[in-house]
Amino acid sequence: MPGISSLRFNLRLGLVALIFVLLLLPPVLNALPAGHPLRVSDFVVAVTGKWICYAILALSIDLAWGYAGILSLGHGAFFALGGYAMGMHLMRNIGDRGVYGHPILPDFMVFLGYKELPWYWLGFEYFPFAMLMALLVPGALAGLVGWLAFRSRITGVYLSIITQAMTYALMLAFFRNDMGFGGNNGFTDFKDLLGVPLNTPSARTGLYLAALGALLITLLISAHVVQSKFGRLLVAIRDAESRVRFLGYDVTAFKLFVFVMSAMMAGLAGALYVPLVGIINPGEFSPGNSIEAVVWVAFGGRGTLIGAILGAFSVNALKTWLTSFAPDLWLLVLGALFIVVTLFLPRGLIGLIKGRGA
Amino acid sequence: MKKGASLYLDGITVTFDGFRALNNLSLIVEPGELRAVIGPNGAGKTTMMDVITGKTKPDSGTARFGDHDLTRLDETRIANLGIGRKFQKPTMFDALTVFENLELALKAPRGTLAALHWRLSGEARERIDEVLTEIGLTERAKDRAGILSHGQRQWLEIGMLLMQDPELLLVDEPVAGMTDQETEHTAALLRRIAGKRSVVVVEHDLEFVRALGRKVTVLHEGSVLSEGPIEQVQEDPRVIDVYLGR
Repeated sequence: MPGISSLRFNLRLGLVALIFVLLLLPPVLNALPAGHPLRVSDFVVAVTGKWICYAILALSIDLAWGYAGILSLGHGAFFALGGYAMGMHLMRNIGDRGVYGHPILPDFMVFLGYKELPWYWLGFEYFPFAMLMALLVPGALAGLVGWLAFRSRITGVYLSIITQAMTYALMLAFFRNDMGFGGNNGFTDFKDLLGVPLNTPSARTGLYLAALGALLITLLISAHVVQSKFGRLLVAIRDAESRVRFLGYDVTAFKLFVFVMSAMMAGLAGALYVPLVGIINPGEFSPGNSIEAVVWVAFGGRGTLIGAILGAFSVNALKTWLTSFAPDLWLLVLGALFIVVTLFLPRGLIGLIKGRGA
Repeated sequence: MKKGASLYLDGITVTFDGFRALNNLSLIVEPGELRAVIGPNGAGKTTMMDVITGKTKPDSGTARFGDHDLTRLDETRIANLGIGRKFQKPTMFDALTVFENLELALKAPRGTLAALHWRLSGEARERIDEVLTEIGLTERAKDRAGILSHGQRQWLEIGMLLMQDPELLLVDEPVAGMTDQETEHTAALLRRIAGKRSVVVVEHDLEFVRALGRKVTVLHEGSVLSEGPIEQVQEDPRVIDVYLGR
């Protein structure tokens, strides 16, 4: 028995090590001199960096859904809010280098006739403050929505619908110009972050490595959580919520804890994503994004952490490849993927790797 | 050694859409007592358990456990007062092992941070091993609860109740679907448990109630029809009429 379980443990550890070594390759190979046969393009680094952020988002969904059974169809909102927090910092960093050259106000505010910075923009000129907000704002929203829902024992599909409505409502709100977040154009034309111009190779590599580091840290934290008694309680809540109550645990507190933690992880992912892709707009709130992220987790194998990461990379690789020649097919393929996984691969890719045993 | 508080229900009425599930029900269970509750389907047995454990709020009446008003507390708080419940259909955590199921039930701080920082102490392990022995599942400790047989699941759930170390145990139809041998084993288990704590057993199986050999309460249409030793209850013409006679 110990032999088998330690073998399984080593397999998992090996898989994690393999993924992280592979993910170190793009920036390393990108640094090779131009013309070298092994050199990968800037595009590969940019795209892989984006997927790393998606993997953090997938991890956050797995924590809530795979373990605690909270199927959120609105995690894209937490991701987008984290992205907006970072975007606000990047906008403030532009300073007087905007088209209108205003020393304080971002271009869109000048264009819309703002006289001064709205109060909720204060503090975002400081990087640590913006990072804190990228975690706290999604966390606070998840705390509020979760508290209202879990306290009233709203579970299953009803919770999913509420979270989906949440992200849709936020999308509509962020589309409005008078929200002070740039309306449908969102934020773009970023210049630099922490003094490093964003269009340089070193910034790209730095952002990539920051995202990779964040993925490793969030994976380790998540692994610590799910392997604790707390994690076993999440599984217990997922499978027999009322039994957990009759054991004397405050189920609402446990769900709220994991939901807020998950939202903060999603916010972090969004904050890392925005400087990598150079733009954030209300489209990030679109309900489809949240659903797509759930498909990554389902495809990779939920309740395994590593499956969520594998799912985010493989589905996005498929998407990038397919949309390069048949973009119209993508939604159909995504839907088909979800059906196939639900019917034939309930444990996802990880289930295939581990075989049919326990 | 007797410990704990007594359970006191008085004039409890519960109505669902005009149907009176409980009608002016009154019941007292002393500390350390083992009480069997019988009655035909729909007599209100499970609703009574729901009221005691906070799942259902009564329309009127008093429900107290020691000094605590049960009608004002939720399931979590009531569980922490020391009232444990075993469901009619065994419910446990199928994805977790037998050992882990017991570990979650073990009496320990119930907070989120306590769960994050929980380390299994030697004392806790001993207590779990003790209960594993008591319910006869030592060999299955590392198996997932989902693959246990029906009888073993019933015992695991009783084991989880023991881990909670409750003062009052509510046990809903523990021997439904069990073989004769398993039934006997379960009766012996419950007799051993009672005395240290109060136990209320809801059961259909009269043989089993006879094997318990304690005071019996007969419910009918939401209220108490008769109460006393099984021999006396069996002679009661009203009981024969509504339940035993059929």
